[in-house]
Amino acid sequence: MTSVQPLSAPIELTFDYTRSLGPTLSRFMTGLRDRTVTGVRVSDGRVVVPPVEYDPVTGAAVSEFVRVADEGEIVSWSWAAEPLDGQPLARPFAWVLVRLDGADTTMLHALDVPSPDAVRTGQRVRARWADEPGGSIRDIVCFEPADTPQRPPAAKAPTVADVVSMVTTPIELSVEHTASPQEMTYLRGLEQGRIIAQRCPVCRKVYVPPRGACPVDGVPTDEDVELPDKGIVTTFCIVNVPFPGQKIPPPYVAAYVLLDGADIAFLHLVFDTKAEDVRMGMRVEAKWRPREEWGPTLQNIEYFRPTGEPDADYDSFKEHL
Amino acid sequence: MSKNRAAVLGTGQTHHRAKRTDVSMAGLLREAIDRAMIDAQVGWDDIDAVVVGKAPDFFEGVMMPELFLADAIGAVGKPLLRVHTAGSVGGSTAIVAASLVQAGVHQRVLAVAWEKQSESNAMWALSIPIPFNMPVNAGAGGYFAPHVRSYIRRSGAPNHIGALVAVKDRRNGAKNPYAHLQQADITFESVQNSMMLWDPIRYDETCPSSDGACAVVIGNEQAAAAVANPAWIHATAMRSEPTTYAGRDQVSPQASREAAAALWKQAGITNPLEQIDAAEIYVPFSWFEPMWLETLGFVPEGEGWKLTEAGETAIGGKLPVNASGGVLSSNPIGASGMLRFAEAAMQVMGRAGDHQVDGARTALGHAYGGGSQFFSMWVVGAEKPE
Amino acid sequence: MRDVAVVGFAQAPQVRRTDGTTNGVEMLVPIFHEVFDKLGMTKSDIGFWCSGSSDYLAGRAFSFISAIDAIGPVPPIVESHVEADAAWALYEAWVKIQTGEADTALVYGFGKSSAGNLRRTMALQLDPYVLAPLWPDSVGVAGLQARLGIDAGLWDERAMAEVAVRSRRDAETNRFAQLAGSKDVDELLASPYLAAPLRMHDCAPITDGAAVIVLAAGDRARELVERPAWITGIAHRVDSAHLGARDLTRSPSTAGAAQAVGIDGVEVAELQTPFTHQELLLRRELGLGADVRITPSGGALAGNPMFAAGLVRIGEAAAHIADGSAGRVLAHATSGPALQQNLVCVMEGR
Repeated sequence: MTSVQPLSAPIELTFDYTRSLGPTLSRFMTGLRDRTVTGVRVSDGRVVVPPVEYDPVTGAAVSEFVRVADEGEIVSWSWAAEPLDGQPLARPFAWVLVRLDGADTTMLHALDVPSPDAVRTGQRVRARWADEPGGSIRDIVCFEPADTPQRPPAAKAPTVADVVSMVTTPIELSVEHTASPQEMTYLRGLEQGRIIAQRCPVCRKVYVPPRGACPVDGVPTDEDVELPDKGIVTTFCIVNVPFPGQKIPPPYVAAYVLLDGADIAFLHLVFDTKAEDVRMGMRVEAKWRPREEWGPTLQNIEYFRPTGEPDADYDSFKEHL
Repeated sequence: MSKNRAAVLGTGQTHHRAKRTDVSMAGLLREAIDRAMIDAQVGWDDIDAVVVGKAPDFFEGVMMPELFLADAIGAVGKPLLRVHTAGSVGGSTAIVAASLVQAGVHQRVLAVAWEKQSESNAMWALSIPIPFNMPVNAGAGGYFAPHVRSYIRRSGAPNHIGALVAVKDRRNGAKNPYAHLQQADITFESVQNSMMLWDPIRYDETCPSSDGACAVVIGNEQAAAAVANPAWIHATAMRSEPTTYAGRDQVSPQASREAAAALWKQAGITNPLEQIDAAEIYVPFSWFEPMWLETLGFVPEGEGWKLTEAGETAIGGKLPVNASGGVLSSNPIGASGMLRFAEAAMQVMGRAGDHQVDGARTALGHAYGGGSQFFSMWVVGAEKPE
Repeated sequence: MRDVAVVGFAQAPQVRRTDGTTNGVEMLVPIFHEVFDKLGMTKSDIGFWCSGSSDYLAGRAFSFISAIDAIGPVPPIVESHVEADAAWALYEAWVKIQTGEADTALVYGFGKSSAGNLRRTMALQLDPYVLAPLWPDSVGVAGLQARLGIDAGLWDERAMAEVAVRSRRDAETNRFAQLAGSKDVDELLASPYLAAPLRMHDCAPITDGAAVIVLAAGDRARELVERPAWITGIAHRVDSAHLGARDLTRSPSTAGAAQAVGIDGVEVAELQTPFTHQELLLRRELGLGADVRITPSGGALAGNPMFAAGLVRIGEAAAHIADGSAGRVLAHATSGPALQQNLVCVMEGR
């Protein structure tokens, strides 16, 4: 197997999560929208902020809501020297645990001070409210030292008029996907317009796309086997359903293609024929994209199309279903 | 066998809906948990451990959500486990909980499985593009539809079998107040006329996307003696195999056949068709009913569709399948497996209400996940096992 | 209760970055073979398989599914998975053996932290309504816990640095560790803060890694190895998720788990502490005196393969039984922010 550079590319995991709050958190978030902080009194008499939905001792749903101040004292802090994406401030700040006046628990948030010298345990701080609260924890932009001159609140109407029952939380995360060494050979092969499968040294079966290990023997496949870009459709479906993020307009055929010489089939597309004419056992060949569009990906094959040869006998591929 | 006897003391589930916007995640779980604890006649102090099951965390956008939920689900100060075995997870979770009791580690264990997939979008979470791969964008239906086609070809089943299952399961769901889809008026014709989504699977033959939770309380013999009509756990089985390998049978996976064989053996069942009174089988696309009937060993290979066509899988038939309405009526992915296990227990406890199978004494709960590669199943019965 | 022992343990080198995939197969295949070779076993000798991993670390839903290729699960296997550190997978396997349904189990864990931004991703473990939208990273949260202890006089930055020095020095004899070497406490204290009060040395590094443990019951364990590490007790507990409502300088769940298993007389305690102050916290919570060797492997501070690190603690502790250097040992694993969930496992030689 040729030695190749690792192939990596990011997986983007981005979604605006829509979270329903339920009665307790709805009360809390609606309070934030109104620039107030609401806690709950639990069975042992403590006022818990942010509120819990269920009593820590009895397990019953909490029912006693208590307004607390938006000002209190720092119980602990740490310094965020290099803020990360999404954190409350883009410049260095302190994470703080604040016990708001009236609460018996602390709340975790951010404190806007220019350096670690400006924050200390016991310091009095107060919430800095957003100009346009919408009913989320970020209606508190951050905390600031209590002796900061008060800014008059923006005289804007809140963006949400009714009780806040939902909150939208965007989450974006990027994870680096790296191809396995066996996949690398296969992907670099595709870059050259070749299909390079892998054979397991134990069972001798040919895998394309290759797996990190032969799924039967648990050993890395290590022998390159070049395969032709033709084979058969073992089975297929006709995709008719549109959905968000879909790239290909339906209807189209998603088929398992068993290349000549391979021992597993892989899912791909079949075009250049009417969907209803596709059959199990139909002989197909790859239709490649223009060479200048090739990269290390199976997408270099745009789709498979019928060759016109006679169908494969059912018995010849029934073990692959 | 050094196992202690274990039984389901009580079950609970939520009203499953496309979007449970009236509750937070904690609220969703508590709805099922509170019902289960009332059904089992237990309080928080009676619960020794909590086992949570859920499918991928991307659905809700919370990493290991059982951690932030620990307080709400009564787990603080107790052992808390989180199982994730893909779609079979609801079943695996119940099996892990049962193991804790069977091993003698705990007296009573609360198991809860859930999914609040409306926080995101299930199709998105299941179709996140992976670099270098070929995105076929076909979703779960597109993944399974080709194998349904293979089954039809292999068995010679007529094309309308899928529709028969859909009608049956949806009408059953209409008898189940918790089911997401309530379609008492569904007809064979309306299913046949519904849009073909991934030929050969039609819209009405496809599971919904639901928010929901299911909980069971499992106890040992002593705990079971304190409740009326516990559902005794007669057998459990789990098997896994790879997504793909040379020569893999995608229609009748070996892991499914072996799990079922082990299950029947453990339960002392030699003729499942005769000895099982009700089956809750994980059928997310209607054709999986005949397929699983064969793989599970109820009928010989190739005959599953005949049992369905003859009406024998309806309530009142020889083997009622999915009297609850099944996955076709409610599909909170992480919970669906436990719903099957719980509904089987409800049958032998006589607590299935309008979808009760008369005289059910022995029932099967079944779940599968991944590319038909993870299987978990149990047999529960009204009789205490020997 | 059946007698169950750790009979085999292998781990991948703990490195800053592997070139492998996030599903861990490249790290797992060699260590599966290693442990099978050592024990003279094959995959068909294993009665139950259980793994621990995280989809969020891998960036893929169902990431553990690809990992099972490393097993070669044909014919089909009895297998399960926890979305947690593999120490909890070991717990599930121990329970399975207790039921009598298996006599042997193979437990594995893996994590490729280098693929993402770990400290940021871990913010997603926090309450999704009132905390996660602020993205409080794991280091920032740990810093809050550290300062509480400093302010209360329970530990100080010097004691924290001493933990780091000892851990790196111990790691010099651990060929799998990522960070090893001889450091001077004053040198460390002179270095800049990473996230005050934490300095770089107070925090576990970013590590890719994997580990595997084989469990066996009774006579089977005795057949396989000369000195099985018998699990005399294993228990776990979880604390409240409300960071502002619990005393972050204590660990009731660790104490509860330890009390359940009984930890008197342990000679070695492998503690999973990705932050230096957490070692000081747990030593105090568990009452571990000067006569107990604390985390002689160097621990998470020397290499922290997420979702395998707890399993590694169990393996490292068991190794002392296997080589006869100790008769009674403790391993601890942790999960969640600021030591929210904890597992304690005590093992003995006989």
